[in-house]
Amino acid sequence: MSRVLVGVKRVIDYAVKIRVKPDKSGVVTDGVKHSMNPFDEIAIEEAVRLKEKKLASEVIAVSCGPAQSQETLRTALAMGADRAIHVEVGASEFNTMQPIHVSKILAKLAQDEKADIVIVGKQAIDDDSNQTAQMTAAMLDWPQGTFASKVEKTDAGLTVTREIDGGLETIKTKLPAVISADLRLNEPRYATLPNIMKAKKKPLKKVTAKDLGVDLTPRIKVVSVEDPPVRQAGSIIPDVDTLVAKLKEGGHI
Amino acid sequence: MFLVISTLVAYNYKNKRAGWRAASSGGGRTREPPRESESFTLQLFRGRLEPAQVFPYPDVLNEEQRDTLTQLVPPVERFFREVNDPARNDTDANISPETLSALWELGAFGLQVPTDLGGMGLSNTQYARLVEVVGAHDLGVGITLGAHQSIGFKGILLFGDEAQRAKYLPRVTGGEYAAFCLTEPSSGSDAGSIKTRAELAPDGKHYILNGSKIWISNGGIAEIMTVFAQTPIQKDGKTVDKVTAFIVERSFGGVSNGPPENKMGIKCSNTAEVYYEDVRVPLENVLGGVGNGFKVAMNILNNGRFGMAAALAGTQRSCIAQAAQHAATRRQFGKTLAEFGTIQEKLARMAVLQYVTETLAYVVSGNMDAGCRDYHLEAAVSKVFASEAAWTVCDEAIQVLGGMGFMKATGLERVLRDLRIFRIFEGTNEILRLFVALTGIQYAGSHLMELQRAFKNPTANLGLIFSEAGRRAARSVGLGAPAELRPLVADELRIEAQRLAQCVAAHGEAVEAALRRYGRAVVDQQFLLNRLASSAICAYTSAAVLSRASRAATRGLPSAAQELQLAAAWCNEAADRIDTDLRACREGSGGQGAQWTRLAALGQRVAAEGAQLTTNPLGI
Repeated sequence: MSRVLVGVKRVIDYAVKIRVKPDKSGVVTDGVKHSMNPFDEIAIEEAVRLKEKKLASEVIAVSCGPAQSQETLRTALAMGADRAIHVEVGASEFNTMQPIHVSKILAKLAQDEKADIVIVGKQAIDDDSNQTAQMTAAMLDWPQGTFASKVEKTDAGLTVTREIDGGLETIKTKLPAVISADLRLNEPRYATLPNIMKAKKKPLKKVTAKDLGVDLTPRIKVVSVEDPPVRQAGSIIPDVDTLVAKLKEGGHI
Repeated sequence: MFLVISTLVAYNYKNKRAGWRAASSGGGRTREPPRESESFTLQLFRGRLEPAQVFPYPDVLNEEQRDTLTQLVPPVERFFREVNDPARNDTDANISPETLSALWELGAFGLQVPTDLGGMGLSNTQYARLVEVVGAHDLGVGITLGAHQSIGFKGILLFGDEAQRAKYLPRVTGGEYAAFCLTEPSSGSDAGSIKTRAELAPDGKHYILNGSKIWISNGGIAEIMTVFAQTPIQKDGKTVDKVTAFIVERSFGGVSNGPPENKMGIKCSNTAEVYYEDVRVPLENVLGGVGNGFKVAMNILNNGRFGMAAALAGTQRSCIAQAAQHAATRRQFGKTLAEFGTIQEKLARMAVLQYVTETLAYVVSGNMDAGCRDYHLEAAVSKVFASEAAWTVCDEAIQVLGGMGFMKATGLERVLRDLRIFRIFEGTNEILRLFVALTGIQYAGSHLMELQRAFKNPTANLGLIFSEAGRRAARSVGLGAPAELRPLVADELRIEAQRLAQCVAAHGEAVEAALRRYGRAVVDQQFLLNRLASSAICAYTSAAVLSRASRAATRGLPSAAQELQLAAAWCNEAADRIDTDLRACREGSGGQGAQWTRLAALGQRVAAEGAQLTTNPLGI
C-alpha cells in the first residue's frame, strides 16, 4: 500500500471580492475569508478515497505558510488525512514564496516521509501558477500525471486520465509518482462537525524550510499589484483597412 | 413545537395571588425576605439599574472553545450554501432524505449533547453561532433542528436522571427524531388547561397515557417525545391534577399521528397532530418528578429561547445583504437607490434592528454559559424582540427590492412566510410581554411589601428606610440618574447612558404608581401591563447595545465606530418610546386611561358582533 503526501494551500476564498491594497503592494488579506484551495480539496479527497479503497496506507497533508495555514491542515485532517505537517513560513517570505520553493519543500518531505504518491491541486486560485506538481516531479525525478481527471492504481503503478486541450489523454506511470488534481477528478466531501472534533486529536507537526534545507530567499520582487484596467468601450470599424490602421496606431502590430 | 406558554402566566397568576394574600394577611407572620436578583429586567421594575448581567458584555468562550467554533462555522455555512436547497424544501414541503442524512452526518442534530453520549458538547454561545448560520439560510430546516434538540429532548438534558440520559441521548443523536408535545386543541397559551391524562396502571409500574396534541413540530417523524399530561396526585389528603412530563417512545404502542399540516411557512418542517391511546409509559420515564410538569416545560422553553434570537439575527443579516446590494446597484432617477434618504433610513433601521437582535442573543447565551440563573425575562425579551424585528427587516427588504422582492425567485417572500410563525409559537409575543410585566411587577411588589413592613416597625429597619428614602428623594429632585452606569459605557454614549438611567428610575415609579392604584388587580390591567412590557423591552435592549458597543470601543474593534452609531441610533429612539409608554400609564390627563377604556369597549363589541361594527358609508 502506498503512502500519499498531499500539498494543500490556504488561499482567499473563491467567493470573496478581491480588493487591491491602496499602497499597491498586494491584495487585502486581513479579515478576509480564506479557505483551502479548491483543487487541493480535490487532491485530499482523492488521497482519502485511495485509503478507503485500501490502496493507500496513510495520507499526510502538508501546507507551507504562516500560522493560519494550520486551519487548512485541520480541514484536511477533518476530511480524512491521518496527520499533518505545517512548514511554517513568515508572512513576508510567504508573499515572495514561489512554486520553486514549495516544490523543493515537497520533494524533501516526500523523501523524508517515504511517500509513494504526491498529489497537489493543479494550480492555486490566487497565483494560477500551475507549476508545483511539475517542478516537484522534476526535483524528485519522478513521473508526473498532471491535470488528472481519473487516477487508477494498478499493480504496475498508476493509470492517469489527463484533461488536455484536445480532450482526454490516458497515461501509465510507475510508482512513485506526482499527480496534480483537476476539477473533474472527484467531488470533495464536506467536513462534518464530529470529524472536525476528531481531527483535533490527529498529529500536526511543525517544521521550518530551514529544517528541510530549503532556502526561501525570494527570486522575485513584487513591483506593484493593480486592478486590471477598466475595460474600454469598443468601437465599430467600417472596413478592414481602418482596422489595420487602428491596430498599428495602438501599437498592437 | 407550536408550544405556547401560558404556563408561565398561569404560574405567575397563581403565585402572585397567593403571595399577596399571604403578605396582606397580617404583619405578625414572619416571611422570607424577597430574593435579590441580578436580572436587569427584574430590578428595572424596582427602578433600579442592575448592571451585573449586562456590563461588561459577556465574553465566555475560552481559547479552546473559540478555536473549535472557528473551525465549525465554515463547514456548516458551506453545507447550507451548497447542499441544502431552501426553495425546493419549501415547494416540496419536506426536506429531502439526502439532505436530512447529510445533516445527521454533519452532526447538526446533537450540538449540545455531551460528547460521550453522541453529541458535539457545545456551549450555548457556540450553539447560538451555528444556529445563526442556519437561520441565515433556511428557517424550515432550523425549526426541524430546533424542535428536535432545542426543546424536543432538552428536558432529558436538563432533568433526565442517569438512566434516562444514558438510554435516550445516544438515540436522539443517532438518528431518531424528538418532539416537544404540550399544545392541545383547547390548550394553547393556557397550557395549564391541558386535558391529556396519565393515570397509574393497576400494576403500579406504568402510566396509561390518553389524549391528543396539536401542531407538534416533528410530530409525524419523532420516535422520542417529551409529553405533558395531567396526573392525579395526593396533596393535603386530596387528589388533585398536576401536570407531569413523560418521555414517550412511539414504540410503546398506541401513538399515532395525523398528516403533515399545510402551513404558511416553514413548510419543510413537519407539523402534525399526535394521538395517544392507552399508551403504556413505564414509571422510569417520568421526567423531572411527578407533578413537576410546569416547571419542566418552563425551563425547557426558557433554556432554548436564546436560540431563536440567534437564528433570527442570522435571517436578518441575509435580508440586509440582499437589500443593501440591490440599493447600491439599482439606479432610478439617475441615482442609485442608496443615495436617497428614504432608502437610507430603511437600511439604517434594518441594521439597527439586526444589531440589537444579535446583541440580545449573545448576551443571553453568554449569561447562561456564565451560570446566571435569572435569565428568563431576558430570554423572553430576546424572543419577542427578535421575532418582531426579523419580520420588519424582511418586510422592508422586500420593499427595497420593489417588484423583485415580491417574486419567488428572489427568496425573500419565502423568508417572510417562514418568519410569521416566530411571533406565535414558543410563547406568543403577547403572552411573553405579559409574563415580563407580571413577573417584574410581582418582584417589585414583593419589595414594596418589605418596605411597608419596615415602616410598621421603623426602629428595627432604619437602614432600609433611610436608603430607600434617600433614593426616592434623589429621584424626585431629578438626581435620579445614578453615576454607576456612565463609567461602564464608552464616552461617546454617555448621553444615551444618562437617559437610560433616567428611564430606569421612571419605570420603577410607574410600577409603584400602578401597584398603589390597582393593588392585586393590576394583573388584569393588560393595557397598562403591555406598556410596561414595551418600556422594559426598550430599556433592556438599550442597556445591552450600550454594553456591546462600549466593549467594541474599548477593544478598538474595526467595527467600533459603526457599533457606537448603531447603539446611539437605537437608544435615542428607545428612550423616546419609554417616555411615551410610561406617560400613557399615568393617571389623569397625562395618561391614556380614557382611550384604553374606549378601546376595550370597542374590542368587546367587535367580538360580540362577530364582525366590523358598521356597514359601509353608503348603507348599501
